[in-house]
Amino acid sequence: MAVIIHPKKSCAVNPLKMSQPIGASLAFLGIDKSLPLLHGSQGCTAFGLVLFVRHFREAIPMQTTAMNEVTTILGGLDNLEQAILNIYNRAKPDVIGICSTGLTETKGDDVDGYIRLIRSRHPELDEVALVHVPTPDYSGAFQDGWGKAVTRIVEAMCEPKPRTAWQVNVLPGCHMTAADIEEIREIIESFGLYPIIAPDLSGSLDGHIPESFLPTTIGGAKAAEIRNMGGSAITIAIGEQMRWAAEALQAKTGVPYRLFDRLTGLEANDEFLSFLAEVSLTEVPAKYRRQRSQLVDAMLDGHFYFGGKKVALGAEPDLMWQLGSWLTEMGCEIEAAVTTTSSVLLERFPADEVVIGDLEDLENRALGCDLLITHSQGRQAAERLDMPFFRYGLPLFDRLGAAHKLSVGYRGTRGLIFEIGNIFIEHLPHAHPGEWRLPGENHASPETRH
Amino acid sequence: MINIFWCDVAHELQWLPARETFVGVAAMSALKNRIESVLEEPACGKNQAKDAKDRKKGCAKPLTPGAAAGGCAFDGAKISLQPITDVAHLVHGPIACEGNSWDSRHALSSGPMLYRTGFTTDMNELDVIYGGEKKLFRAIREIIEKHNPPAIFVYQTCVAAMIGDDIEAVCKAAREKFGKPIIPINVPGFAGSKNLGAKLAGEALLDYVIGTEEPETTTPYDIAIIAEFNVAGDLWAAKPLLDRLGIRILANISGDARYHDIACAHRAKAAMMVCSKAMINVARKLEERYGIPYFEGSFYGISDTSEALRQIAKLLVQKGAPEELLARTEALIADEEARVWQRLQPYKERLKGKRVLLFTGGVKSWSVVSALQEVGMVITGTSMRKSTAEDRERVVEIMGTDAHMFDEMPPREMYRILKDSQADIMLSGGRSQFVALKAKTPWLDINQERHVAYAGYEGLLNLVQEIDRAIYNPIWAQVRKAAPWEGSND
Ligand code: SF4
Repeated sequence: MAVIIHPKKSCAVNPLKMSQPIGASLAFLGIDKSLPLLHGSQGCTAFGLVLFVRHFREAIPMQTTAMNEVTTILGGLDNLEQAILNIYNRAKPDVIGICSTGLTETKGDDVDGYIRLIRSRHPELDEVALVHVPTPDYSGAFQDGWGKAVTRIVEAMCEPKPRTAWQVNVLPGCHMTAADIEEIREIIESFGLYPIIAPDLSGSLDGHIPESFLPTTIGGAKAAEIRNMGGSAITIAIGEQMRWAAEALQAKTGVPYRLFDRLTGLEANDEFLSFLAEVSLTEVPAKYRRQRSQLVDAMLDGHFYFGGKKVALGAEPDLMWQLGSWLTEMGCEIEAAVTTTSSVLLERFPADEVVIGDLEDLENRALGCDLLITHSQGRQAAERLDMPFFRYGLPLFDRLGAAHKLSVGYRGTRGLIFEIGNIFIEHLPHAHPGEWRLPGENHASPETRH
Repeated sequence: MINIFWCDVAHELQWLPARETFVGVAAMSALKNRIESVLEEPACGKNQAKDAKDRKKGCAKPLTPGAAAGGCAFDGAKISLQPITDVAHLVHGPIACEGNSWDSRHALSSGPMLYRTGFTTDMNELDVIYGGEKKLFRAIREIIEKHNPPAIFVYQTCVAAMIGDDIEAVCKAAREKFGKPIIPINVPGFAGSKNLGAKLAGEALLDYVIGTEEPETTTPYDIAIIAEFNVAGDLWAAKPLLDRLGIRILANISGDARYHDIACAHRAKAAMMVCSKAMINVARKLEERYGIPYFEGSFYGISDTSEALRQIAKLLVQKGAPEELLARTEALIADEEARVWQRLQPYKERLKGKRVLLFTGGVKSWSVVSALQEVGMVITGTSMRKSTAEDRERVVEIMGTDAHMFDEMPPREMYRILKDSQADIMLSGGRSQFVALKAKTPWLDINQERHVAYAGYEGLLNLVQEIDRAIYNPIWAQVRKAAPWEGSND
């Protein structure tokens, strides 16, 4: 049980948080032939784009309505219309994800109204899904933007359909990497089920070499597949941020959902696999029984190094929950927990307090910890604290392979034990001869060496 | 666009809710005047050729919604000023502006690290409704209490400008309260491009910083360098040459600078303007106000580096430095050129005739072209998207033709060119690297995010070594080969 702290400061120092519109944009980057369009000034898109380019090491399609001070005051209808037409003519996307920004929200642009008007003027756009997500920069954080975008995607694109018993929907949170999604797909398929995963970054931003260069995403969840989600037996939502989307899908199509707040850890995966066995009416495949015992063995081998270790953790709520809960299960204590936005998980988090704050808050509370975990922006803090640093989350721009970090399933959990355990091993304290002096002994006395 | 007169717009605004219109217009018209004044840049040859009305519009082209790329004015100002290392750079706005982008450049510091700390008021919904001025003031106080920097730069952004937060007034109040320079950088992103932002940043330095402090000592060998940001240590690759000549960089604007240096820039005897696109207004006004002569030069490439040293020496002598500086400069140039040519020799063989596709802008478009030609490489194409008319002229002069110059090139076209093996390497900024890499073509970062200095004689050697390493890496042969079970090469 944690107390939630909102530091009383006016100046955020070394932000942990990133903005909603780019979180929403990333969701659209997980859809095939899609293009996120930020309704705002061009700089917002440029920053988001550079952030993703550095993280994924991929070309990122992302556009802007290029608002300036005058068009902002007059309203963004013209710019939005022009942007949509330009994109349509150039790229013929299946989906355009229109994410508002602080600027256009402050002005109060009626984007839904604009879209209706644009649609009535341009019947050629009938085939293109225009999905609008209101994402002002001044509220929420990255994962909220992602959650809202997926909610709007299913609301806009899904209809009730005849049910197929072996088809399941998967709505992954933004903390799932391409490798995580691939792992989840493989697990689900091994039960003879057919997953529709949306958004699917494992199709679009997994580092494949495309055949040609398009101004839209290449790979990811296909629009036609998303439209079929209304015919699935059940929806699996991963991460609390996906509850809205799962509920929206249920409300629209009647497909029930099951939310897994994380897929890291032994019990979390036991629960996930038993659930799949139940849904598919099959047994857990031998491969995963074997992986389970490998994980148990890794826990036995690794627990020596995790037990009693103090960890400082900075991440968005769902990722913090995933890593923090699992580390606690391995015997660590979460000494400092800093996150970006509110979530029902925070109160339940296994730490004394959770701060909704920045990396300065984390750095100040991390003193005396054995390990710092946060995204790449924690590098300066780690250096100042002279503390072992495990980079995790987005952005991860100063290491290779961000998209291929695996943390879910028995296999992913096992990998994390090795990765983090090895950091602990590398920093095991070494005793020195003067360490256990008796009370009253002179600390300055010369050491006898043998 | 910014060049529409504000009163016309204000007229249209009567139906808007009172608060937005009223505060918006008041705060923005001051900004608009300033934008016009920097756009009307007399030192820019291109602008002088225009009539009065066009001149006011400057070089700002309207952006195409849905087909625009590039950063905002705030971005440009931040790039230009953040390299001042002991200043706290505070961004007044919602999380988008700072949270998504902080500490992402490699402008290096030889001392203070405060410039790498991200400070933002992280405006929330309530701040947007009730205004963010008080929060901004408190944020300034917090920074002073925690870090007590010699100065704080406060950057305006779109939302804060929209709701009418007057950062100039807040900075003034804070200046009076804390007795410390608190400098407003009034560059909301929507005012225009990165380039405009850089110019406005320069104006802020001229208005609030330069000339406010005095150097402890001066010498006849003091210079200012303008628009050199010490990316990957560029400045340090050139500085030893100046050191050897006894020339002191009194103020480098702004790489590895301290606030005090910039405040003393007006005591420089001569100035070198490195990136004409970014801060020409600073060079011109230093000349106008303080009689500091300047020249436009570059430290990229052998001949440009030598030329820059000559120009610096010449201007200093003009301003009263002993004449023997000229001879010493020539001697250093002769020595250093010989030394670098000798070290380049092995690469000349290997790189001769290799074809380069170059995507960069401004000063780099011509100075890198000439640098690469120096080692015998061939420029198959160069983009002029971000360059001025003079930059273009110089490229033509150096290459003898404009046949290989193009403005825009969509990634798809870039990809096709590379895929057809019409170039052996592409040099560009980080954004387009994946076009090259996915086309399985060597690529090298020439812009902000690189980790290697390319300035001075040493820098050219670095550049050439990096190109050689990229082109001759053994992976290319492997990755271009199709899998054995796939019939043809792709
Ligand atoms: S365009 Fe405006 S809101 Fe967007 S990053 Fe630039 S200053 Fe911030």
